[in-house]
Amino acid sequence: MSHTLLQTPLVGWHESHGGRMVDFAGWRMPVQYASIVDEHLATRRAAGMFDVSHMGRLAIEGPGSAGWLESLLTRGVSGMPVGRCRYTLVTDESRILDDALVAREPDAADGTPRMSMVVNASNRARVVEWLKSRLPSAGVTLVDRTFDTAMIAVQGPLAMEIVGGLCPAADSLRIEALKNYQATSASVAGTPAAVSRTGYTGEDGVEVIVPAAAAAAVWEAIHAAGAPRGLMACGLGARDTLRLEAGMPLYGHELREDSDAFSLGLGLAINLEGRTFPGSGRFAAFRDRPAGRVRVGLTLDSKRSAREGHPVVQGDREVGVVTSGSFSPTLERAVAMAMVDRDVAAQGTAVDVLVRDARQAATVTPLPFYRRSHTEQKSPENIPWQQR
Amino acid sequence: MAAEMRFAKSHEWIRPEADGLATVGISSYAVEALTDLVFMQLPAVGKKVKAGESIGEIESVKAVSDLYAPVSGEVVAVNTALPGQLETLGKDPYNAGWIVKIKPDDPAEMAGLLDRTAYEALVKSQSH
Repeated sequence: MSHTLLQTPLVGWHESHGGRMVDFAGWRMPVQYASIVDEHLATRRAAGMFDVSHMGRLAIEGPGSAGWLESLLTRGVSGMPVGRCRYTLVTDESRILDDALVAREPDAADGTPRMSMVVNASNRARVVEWLKSRLPSAGVTLVDRTFDTAMIAVQGPLAMEIVGGLCPAADSLRIEALKNYQATSASVAGTPAAVSRTGYTGEDGVEVIVPAAAAAAVWEAIHAAGAPRGLMACGLGARDTLRLEAGMPLYGHELREDSDAFSLGLGLAINLEGRTFPGSGRFAAFRDRPAGRVRVGLTLDSKRSAREGHPVVQGDREVGVVTSGSFSPTLERAVAMAMVDRDVAAQGTAVDVLVRDARQAATVTPLPFYRRSHTEQKSPENIPWQQR
Repeated sequence: MAAEMRFAKSHEWIRPEADGLATVGISSYAVEALTDLVFMQLPAVGKKVKAGESIGEIESVKAVSDLYAPVSGEVVAVNTALPGQLETLGKDPYNAGWIVKIKPDDPAEMAGLLDRTAYEALVKSQSH
């Protein structure tokens, strides 16, 4: 390895449990422990736990924090009650820099308002740089908490009871009562934690943020409580197949600097009503003049996977390009997301994908490919691909 | 004398058989490294191949890998049952998990491949 990779506080656990470690956005992360398919199916049937500490965690505090973020993000965040999370894009005048989850944290003891953001590992540095360049001279502070905290996602039908079982009764009830995209503070395995009912798998579950020093103990406690009930530790490989089945876009693949968020199906992440943000004029133009390719699901007839960059064709005409693709462990066939011309975007349209040199038949399929059938939770969020 | 199995650096094995043909598969190390195999494409019988040339592909959930011919020759048989039961590769990679039989142009070419000791040393160096 020619350069030093960043490590999460859980790297020792991953290495001692067979984690195949790879460079992901500059972090040494497990892509899998044993089988991606087994980890994927454990998450769908019982629970999976994921070290997502590589994601950027930012603390934005001060009397002006919510109003300042409001001026920079594609959705309004200044009116959020404590405990609300909201999916948004981070933009500058010409680009989408990232997608992010913003939360209103409990006020500090002295009443100071506090906000938080979770951003992609690959974009953390530039998002921090961008935000710092826009900080007002007073009233708002921005601190990158990525290295003094850790983040553990626990996802799947048993996730809530596994995590709840590690909390005092009152905290457990509060966690259970969370709607999707709500958060609360709780004591998890004896450690003060921020717990949000969020995730990136299409399953019910939580993401838990704890101090870095306590991360290994919390991880071990969750693993010990869950493993007898079928929970598995999961690497980034399963995280990717799970989010693909759930139809969730990934920055750098579906979502790019120059994306038209409306054609991506992310129009609800853009609020242009009576407000502006950096580059909002570009998005108004996208909204008013729909053009270009739209995001669709593709189900292939084979198990041979379409991969990012493979052309989508109809006859001799190139009609789109694959943005993410994999074998779907749930559907037991290859699925993909693609950006395609509008005239082939209708459900059921037959296309071909050029997988290396072979033409593979595929059908345009509604997203998500997988929708969980467990108890539906009411969500304060309303983004279609996040229905969970 | 038991025919000696040889290995390519790209993790195929090849075993000379009594009938002058050579059986080719992939090593247990390769199967374990790939994990989650979902798809395999085999060459057509009769295909003439050169050593190092792709003769098919094997795909896992994460990635596609080429299968390379360890020696030059003609593909004379393929294990058509294998793509439908890829788990055989994990259970029995050196027998039931065979992939193709090749009629080598020059049987002596096999001597240029790695013997088991050298292959195991290669695997050990790669697993760091």
